[in-house]
Amino acid sequence: MNLESTLRARRDSGHKLLVAYVTGGLPVGGGETWIEVVRAVAAAGADAVEVGIPFSDPVMDGPVIQEASRLALEAGTTPRGLLAELAGAGGGAGGMGVPLAVMTYFNVVHAFGLDRFAQSLSRSGVDGAIIPDLPLDEAGPWMAEAVGHRVETVMLAAPTTPDERLVAICAASSGFVYGVGLMGVTGVRDSLAASALALAKRLKAVTDKPVLIGVGVSDAAQAVEACSEADGVVIGSALMRRLLEGAGSSGVAELIAEVRAALEAG
Amino acid sequence: MTVPPMAAGSRPFPNNVPAGRVLMQGSPGPTGRFGEFGGRFVPESLVPACAELEVAFANAWSDPAFRDELSGLLSSYAGRPTPVTECARLSDVLGVRVLLKREDLCHTGSHKINNVLGQALLTLRMGKKRVIAETGAGQHGVATATAAAAFGLECVVFMGEVDVHRQELNVFRMKLLGAEVRPVSSGSRTLKDAVNEALREWVATVDSTHYCIGSVVGPHPFPWMVRELQSIVGNEAREQCRKVLGGSDPDYVIACVGGGSNAAGTFAGFVGTGAKLVGVEAAGGAAIGRGGIGVVHGMRSRLLQDEDGQVLEAHSVSAGLDYPGVGPEHSQLAAMGRAVYRSVDDEEVLAAFRLLSESEGILPALEPAHAIAWLTREAGKEIPVGSTVLVTLSGRGDKDVDQIVGLLG
Repeated sequence: MNLESTLRARRDSGHKLLVAYVTGGLPVGGGETWIEVVRAVAAAGADAVEVGIPFSDPVMDGPVIQEASRLALEAGTTPRGLLAELAGAGGGAGGMGVPLAVMTYFNVVHAFGLDRFAQSLSRSGVDGAIIPDLPLDEAGPWMAEAVGHRVETVMLAAPTTPDERLVAICAASSGFVYGVGLMGVTGVRDSLAASALALAKRLKAVTDKPVLIGVGVSDAAQAVEACSEADGVVIGSALMRRLLEGAGSSGVAELIAEVRAALEAG
Repeated sequence: MTVPPMAAGSRPFPNNVPAGRVLMQGSPGPTGRFGEFGGRFVPESLVPACAELEVAFANAWSDPAFRDELSGLLSSYAGRPTPVTECARLSDVLGVRVLLKREDLCHTGSHKINNVLGQALLTLRMGKKRVIAETGAGQHGVATATAAAAFGLECVVFMGEVDVHRQELNVFRMKLLGAEVRPVSSGSRTLKDAVNEALREWVATVDSTHYCIGSVVGPHPFPWMVRELQSIVGNEAREQCRKVLGGSDPDYVIACVGGGSNAAGTFAGFVGTGAKLVGVEAAGGAAIGRGGIGVVHGMRSRLLQDEDGQVLEAHSVSAGLDYPGVGPEHSQLAAMGRAVYRSVDDEEVLAAFRLLSESEGILPALEPAHAIAWLTREAGKEIPVGSTVLVTLSGRGDKDVDQIVGLLG
């Protein structure tokens, strides 16, 4: 299964896109595993799942995902172990029924070895990678390995990105284009930032790749609002906050189902 | 010493350095690379701000009016030039001739003010009204708060909770200077986490705010910019040493290294001489001595990390050296063998603190006490008897007295 072709097909058949973020390796409690959470959000209506590989120094993440990362690392989560679990669960297409992308920081990839990381993603049934501290100018060596192993690299665009650079980012990105909805780190916000809509509009004007807005998209209403310009949204901290509060897979599946229903209703 | 003395006229840097450009004396170019180190590994949101800063600094640094204004401030406000002090009694004890570059005599008590005054002027030049900073020992936080007060800028300093407790005096000083101090409770609650939190804050406020990084670390252009702003330490010291040493350069130039700003500034003045350059790391924070290559805080450099790339916590008696990374240019100097990096442990540092205090009447900060400790240990061993040695005394020990009273009893 391929992330971009799946998302394009969904979009082109008239649906808005929903990607859910789950921190891999997080002890979920209630006798459940994080893999079951991934399955549950996929079943509840996510078109793809972004699996966080926890890193000790997540500079793009706010308190919720920082805490989830810390707990996952304390539980002994390693990149190899996490990918082995995904592989054991059948990966994206076979195991979850939706494509998967990992989200991690570049030092994790660097330590793993760029080539071996790309190969390992591919073998674990992971379609894409999102590396928020690897901007376009530094991405070359990773991109070469990723392409070689047919891993799609989702690039991020920010409200501060100049127009000509947006074009270059969209050209380099595969899977989808990740529009960072606001100037800030991941987290739950009370309302959608105006910058989210402005960026989505600018991105849609320069690419036909799926444009998803993430960072600061916290509930169904905000998702619908973002999708007035964007092709879809990424929901991360709002979901992880529920998980940290002990909602379990059914609690987060409920959130995803709610967002899905709102997006279908438009 | 594993580094052979350089033959006169030989090119000391065979690798990675374009002809005509000497490491530590030029810009690292648009990719921000020192050999394979450096770069700009930041979220996309910060890329335009880093690019803007690079252009702003390059323009300012080649603008004589900016240089004059900074130079005026460094003398009338910060107290430059700082002297070089010949340490007769310590030299007798050690059997080598010891000179100290006295950055401890700068306003605010350390070399950090050199960098901060430059970045504060640059902040105004970029039309920004607010600065944020990270701090470990508190010296950079105090310096930033000081410059912010002097220029009427709003100032927020991020400081790990552990450091807030062990450097209480500096926390009070920052508050007295009108800065807000935000304790950081994530991760190891020390300098590394203060940098993370400052980066997160910068992402959210980049339009109005300049991130005044305190060392030669972070994404391009920071390692280059901070080295340039600190190069006054080495440039002054080279001329001063030549006066004292009858036209010669010291045989050894030694400075402590956490992120490495005082060492970078010092080495910049001597990289073109025959002096052997020695950076001294804390044993518990020896990124060059014990680290591998990694990417954190926007740069590719040496880093204490586990096999999965998780960043390890540094451990040192000195809050300013409690940092798992190091500036990328130091990683490159080490790779080329132009500088060597050694380490000393906490016990040796406390002994050196005592020795310098008692023999010279100078209380060093715990950070440069590392440089003194290596000198003390190696005089007559790695450093041959009769050598001349310059040590940069990057800060004064007043801030550490409470902690040292507890440790030495």
